[in-house]
Amino acid sequence: MVMQHFQTVAHDTAAAVSDTVTAASAHGSGNGGAFDFNELLHHMKDGRELELPGAHVELPELPTIQVGPLTIDLSITKHVVFLLLAALLLLGLGVAAARSAKKGLAPRGLRNLLEVVIVFVRDEIAVSNMGPAGLRYLPYLLSTFFLILFMNLFGLIPYGASSTSNISVTAGLAVIAFIMIQLAAIKAQGLGHYLAHLTGGTPWWLWPIMIPIEIIGLFTKPFALCMRLFANMTGGHIVILALLGFIFLAKSLVVAPFSIAFVVGIYFLELLVAFIQAYIFTMLTALFMGLGMMTAEHAEEGH
Amino acid sequence: MEASAFAYLAAGLGAGLVILGAAFGIGKLASAAMEASGRQPEVAGAVRTSMIISAALIEGATFFALAICILLALK
Repeated sequence: MVMQHFQTVAHDTAAAVSDTVTAASAHGSGNGGAFDFNELLHHMKDGRELELPGAHVELPELPTIQVGPLTIDLSITKHVVFLLLAALLLLGLGVAAARSAKKGLAPRGLRNLLEVVIVFVRDEIAVSNMGPAGLRYLPYLLSTFFLILFMNLFGLIPYGASSTSNISVTAGLAVIAFIMIQLAAIKAQGLGHYLAHLTGGTPWWLWPIMIPIEIIGLFTKPFALCMRLFANMTGGHIVILALLGFIFLAKSLVVAPFSIAFVVGIYFLELLVAFIQAYIFTMLTALFMGLGMMTAEHAEEGH
Repeated sequence: MEASAFAYLAAGLGAGLVILGAAFGIGKLASAAMEASGRQPEVAGAVRTSMIISAALIEGATFFALAICILLALK
């Protein structure tokens, strides 16, 4: 429900911005054809049409599913297409690298490239945060890192859209991260110790206050992960579209060189942010998992 | 003024305050990182990594506030 609210928020943002700009441009020079800002914003919003160079693909709309009070719309939209594309790309690259790993010991070509990143994730993120026991969670961390990275990068190519600028996608990733964090903590500490940590060592009469606060604290960290990724991706795209919109707002080509120069600068920043956000998401997930596991070590040493 | 005008005003002022806080925080962070790298160039790499991580976390917090500004601007 919150996610649907945020979806409508994102749509309404785009609509509100477009309304103000079309009103502003209508008040400008009395030119007949006022540029419709929706044309630009429609690149950022989720939609049922896929635009390819020269073709216009209408995506199928599947019937909605009623689960109690919720209507779940599972139709394939633009962001879903790019999510699946990123997953397929990850699958293909992973299988190719694994097959080449079986053939020979010395890495060459694609496997060499992937191994640089995989060793980085393994050494800097998994082992440094969770110790040697973290290698068990390495497949999940690698999947998260590469999936977010590919989804972010797809938003930067022409005719592409970044699925991570959709809050439902980042919420899904955050839910999986939440499950993995609890799983890592429970596996390391055992269910009893894990529940005992929810009380935080306070006397028994404080538990009715302590436990809800601790439970809320459990949820804030993945929520922060979700919002950080969503806002970073959406904000970057909005800045690029707003800068490009200045050209249409001014209705003259004089603004174009400066606008394009700024846009190129922000574009490179977007590239950097794509990598950084994938790294931050994965690293924070590994950090939280490691925190859950470290408390187990302290508990063992204490007893 | 009507309520929606106040909401737009609040959203604009809020966004300005948000960027004030974020830029101040990240600027302080960057200055500390520069000083550390200047004093001890060997650890410049580690300092740079920590700086980027901290900057991303601070930006995450600013985006919460920005989301609230957006919610206000839509009222």
